[in-house]
Amino acid sequence: MKRHLPRLARIAGNTALRALPTAVGIVILGFFLLQLAPGDAADVWAGEAGGAPAQATAAMRHHFGLDRPLGAQLAAYLSGLAHGDLGWSARFDVPVTHLILERLPGSLLLSATALVVALVAGVVLGTLMAAHEGRLLDRALSVVALLLYSLPSFWIALMLIVVFSIRLGWLPSGGAHTIGLPESGLAGLADRLRYMVLPVLSLALFYVAIYARLVRVGVIEAKAQDYVRTARAKGLSERRILVRHVLRNALLPLTTVAGMHVGAMLGGAVVVETIYGWPGLGRLAFEAVMGRDFRVLLGILLLSSLLVILANALVDILHGVLDPRVGASHAA
Amino acid sequence: MPPEPAAAALTPGTPAAPAVAAPQLAPVAAPAPLPAAPAANGLLATLRRHPPALIGAGVLLAIAVLALAAPLLFPGDPLAITGAPFLWPGTSLAHPLGTDSLGRDILAGLAHGARVSLGIGFAAAGLGLVVGIALGALAGYLGGWVDAVLSQLIEIFQTLPSFVLLVVLVSIAQPTTATLSGAIALVTWPMVARLARAECRSLREKDFVLAARSLGYGHLRILVHEILPGALPPIIVTASVLVASAILMESALSFMGLGDPNTVSWGSMIGQGREYLRSAWYMSALPGLAITLTVLALNLLGDALNEALNPRRKGTRR
Repeated sequence: MKRHLPRLARIAGNTALRALPTAVGIVILGFFLLQLAPGDAADVWAGEAGGAPAQATAAMRHHFGLDRPLGAQLAAYLSGLAHGDLGWSARFDVPVTHLILERLPGSLLLSATALVVALVAGVVLGTLMAAHEGRLLDRALSVVALLLYSLPSFWIALMLIVVFSIRLGWLPSGGAHTIGLPESGLAGLADRLRYMVLPVLSLALFYVAIYARLVRVGVIEAKAQDYVRTARAKGLSERRILVRHVLRNALLPLTTVAGMHVGAMLGGAVVVETIYGWPGLGRLAFEAVMGRDFRVLLGILLLSSLLVILANALVDILHGVLDPRVGASHAA
Repeated sequence: MPPEPAAAALTPGTPAAPAVAAPQLAPVAAPAPLPAAPAANGLLATLRRHPPALIGAGVLLAIAVLALAAPLLFPGDPLAITGAPFLWPGTSLAHPLGTDSLGRDILAGLAHGARVSLGIGFAAAGLGLVVGIALGALAGYLGGWVDAVLSQLIEIFQTLPSFVLLVVLVSIAQPTTATLSGAIALVTWPMVARLARAECRSLREKDFVLAARSLGYGHLRILVHEILPGALPPIIVTASVLVASAILMESALSFMGLGDPNTVSWGSMIGQGREYLRSAWYMSALPGLAITLTVLALNLLGDALNEALNPRRKGTRR
């Protein structure tokens, strides 16, 4: 592992270098989207106050620096961002950073769990399908995968509520924990898990289908490679061949795709969190839209983009760990 | 095979000719890209060979007919109240699929909703394809700083979580059919552009492009007549998946109440049924089934198209 370190550090450095212009571009795009939004902070303030004289709005505009030239405003925005300041939320009357950081753990928990569930289920189903290639199980699971792939997540979320909350009464239909129950301890954990089942399922099903299809193709292709024949000739057990030789290669494309899906997961969480009343960024985004609070909305967009960049960097590094060839070309 | 490659390349309207002619110009040329005309024949053959794709095409056609015929089959405003509220499907002859909480006919809503969903789906995917192919082709063909700038732009748009960006865009612009299509196209084009860039990049090094350049053809002519015909098939096959994802995005937006409030769409019907899940779940279930069926049909078609037109995906050993 130790000899990996310089190579991995180089990969991480290259990734960071490539991500920098992207991050800057996203911030500038965000600034201009904010400019396009109807009404500025002073208008919102005037609206909240139930109307204000033009003089007061102008004074407010001056106070917030909204009457300065665009370039100066952009500079102020960038310097604020550099200090982790995303501005002030007119709707919630707290700093945007505060709001977002409060909701971030909820979203991360939901999205990460859904991603892990989807990956595990996808690998298991895909391997099963590949093992029964062309036979009944493979065909049946392929149909199921295609169906899951076509379901709108918000609709399956509602239908899961109908079946598991309303009809069967097994699982709660919304919220994050039972009010009144202790939040810590084993009972608290079990309670929280119960609340997570349906949102995680709604978010994960679509990706289960994608990963199952990818793993199926990957395993079938890897099985025909020479090194697998060699491994078999060496007398390795089928299980060992599958795990060490077949899956290891079949999973490489999966990590790339899963990294790309982090952004999609965060987007999907907007709808799913709104349905289940899950306290995360997605629901905050919905509340911000309803309250026409564009600063909060932009903050969420920037932060989730940052998460995507981080996820991509992690995938690059993971590739370095899984595949010794990556980044080795510059080795001294 | 045309005896005079140069003449064939000069003739407009025969986009596949240069690809076929390439080996004659240089006997050691790399494998020529798949010509467009045989690919189209392959598509029909694949449709015939794949029952699922045929089913998909049939379902899609039926939904398209329903969408087109909606004003004839269900004249009048689908948002108008036409019966008693909360009629379950199958309980009334006048309302075969029942009515919603206000007494609006669900079947009429589904038919008119199909117009919105398919309309926005096809418009957004079409716009995304055109913009994506144009920018991707420019980046891939020209290379240099144009490529650097456009690639960075693609990277930026692919990093932004598309649904979050969509919500931001729709909340800034007033939601109408046009702005919704535009916003969905804006989050769709980078994927197309990336594909188009890769295709054009590999094609511009081919001998038939060099030959065209040495004949003194302009960039635009080379791009449109020599490169695009070879680059397009693998991009076009993504179209049905793009339409499917556009339909899913539109329905999610209207479900959240961010769609055009003046039209009925499948997503908004699900959203309105949400409050009555306990007593009248069919209100949400039926439009969701319509979305699933449409998207499934598009995906079935997409799988077959991919197999027929995308030679690289044929590598799966069977």
